[in-house]
Amino acid sequence: MDLLVGQVFTGLSTGSILLLAALGLSLTFGQMGVINMAHGEFIMAGCYTAYVTQQLVGDAGASLLIALPVGFLVGGAMGLILEAVLIRHLYHRPLDTLLVTFGVGLVLQQVARDVFGAPAVNVTVPEALRGGVDLLGTTVPKTRLFILALAVVAVTAVTLVLRFTPAGRRIRAVVGNRDLAETAGISSRAVDAGTFFIGSGLAGVAGVALTLIGSTSPTTGQSYLVDAFLVVVAGGMGRIKGAVVAAVALGTFQAVFETYSTASLAKVGVFIVIVVFLQLRPQGLFTLRTRSLA
Amino acid sequence: MLRLRNLTCGYGRTPVVHDVSLDIGADEVVAVMGHNGAGKTTLLRAVVGLIPVMSGTIELARPDGTYETINRRPANRRVKAGMAYVPQGQQCFAHLTAGENLRLVADGRRHGKTLIDTQLDRFPALRGLLNRQAGLLSGGQRQQLAIARALITEPRLLILDEPTEGIQPNVVAEIESTIVDLARDGGLSVLLVEQHLGFALQAAARFSVLRSGRVASTGATGDGAVERVREAMAI
Ligand SMILES: Nc1ncnc2c1ncn2[C@@H]1O[C@H](COP(=O)(O)OP(=O)(O)O)[C@@H](O)[C@H]1O
Ligand SMILES: [Mg+2]
Repeated sequence: MDLLVGQVFTGLSTGSILLLAALGLSLTFGQMGVINMAHGEFIMAGCYTAYVTQQLVGDAGASLLIALPVGFLVGGAMGLILEAVLIRHLYHRPLDTLLVTFGVGLVLQQVARDVFGAPAVNVTVPEALRGGVDLLGTTVPKTRLFILALAVVAVTAVTLVLRFTPAGRRIRAVVGNRDLAETAGISSRAVDAGTFFIGSGLAGVAGVALTLIGSTSPTTGQSYLVDAFLVVVAGGMGRIKGAVVAAVALGTFQAVFETYSTASLAKVGVFIVIVVFLQLRPQGLFTLRTRSLA
Repeated sequence: MLRLRNLTCGYGRTPVVHDVSLDIGADEVVAVMGHNGAGKTTLLRAVVGLIPVMSGTIELARPDGTYETINRRPANRRVKAGMAYVPQGQQCFAHLTAGENLRLVADGRRHGKTLIDTQLDRFPALRGLLNRQAGLLSGGQRQQLAIARALITEPRLLILDEPTEGIQPNVVAEIESTIVDLARDGGLSVLLVEQHLGFALQAAARFSVLRSGRVASTGATGDGAVERVREAMAI
């Protein structure tokens, strides 16, 4: 029983980390169809934002609260620049986009190495998030609970924005029918830029949160990138609901698999499961028509 | 309101519409006719900014009556300049509700709610459907939604591409009378692409017939127009 509860929770927790990393991608890749290989580096930028904020602010609790919105802005700004300078010119050219953004990711890693050094740095976890909470007989680290809560908040916020705000309506309209949106007076360029800002900002937020459970190095983001893409593809392009289910399922699967084997074997297992799943259901868990990769 | 001068446009490097000139005056309805594949939709897509102009000019009247060339203006900014477009095929944002389809264009406009209400009064059938996904509506309902969406932008020039094509007959009459009413109320010019000859010649003051992307005939509607259009359309 205890083992099961522990595994379910570990699964939820791993899933929420995956989900945070993938949520922004479900906008930029899922909705807009842009394969942004530098998404991982936006996560990494969020990690370093948390690090720098803590150097400046000192108090771990205050710096976390400041770093979350600042991380959003840092990631968002990087995304906005990348979209305006490169990606804008490469819509409908997925392979070029992939290669170019991969290059940008490498450049950003090198910049991080030059600025912060190659060795990993650590962010101090706030007092309030140290230790664990007893839950149904197992001890759950508070940092994991915090990330779980943050993922729930982020998913809820994105869902509400998409569903109930003018900006969300415009995003859904442009994704659904770009030409019709343009002739309805909506600037699809502005919407692209805005969507990319939000998606990249979410990567920054994910990065800030991830410093609570691991150290930060220039390659931190890279390790999340593939998982994030898998979550978006498995969930069904552009479906937030699908990303949530896929992230939790993958997280749980990985957690359970890990208890019986090793972490890297678990990764391989996850890959195999997804490949088989996508063979059976190429459109993912849920479907929505998107452009350019339709 | 709109002046086309020797407009040539098409897809990729292949011109489909050649050397078309057309004038639509203030408050005037002009019908463009022609068989399937004649280039009517292509012409409209260039006018609204969805495909580039290869040569010639598109000139739009400013509110003060002077003309400006808008060849390179993005489609969304032509809407702000007073153009509204109802594309062929009852196109809607299928994944949005009917209400969202309307709010989408009312967002950011002053009195947006009033603008929506005015159109719902025009198409009362839409009132009960606002929470329905637009993709699930019937063709007639989607066409009404598309016209309402266009009118919310308060256009000075309304561009309609075969507004009654493929629509159940009882709704056709309703849409036709809407178009006639709009034209009669004034303050709106209409560019109407229509294959249904009777209605086009009744609603419009002037017509042009396209054949293989060129103007085959043009003139005032009225006595003898039916014969001239038939003759121009015959291959
Ligand atoms: N997206 C497109 N790409 C290439 N050719 C097209 C495209 N759309 C239409 N055409 C061609 O342009 C010509 C005119 O089509 P269209 O303007 O749709 O005619 P109409 O609206 O008068 O029926 C046709 O020969 C058609 O095959
Ligand atoms: Mg057509």
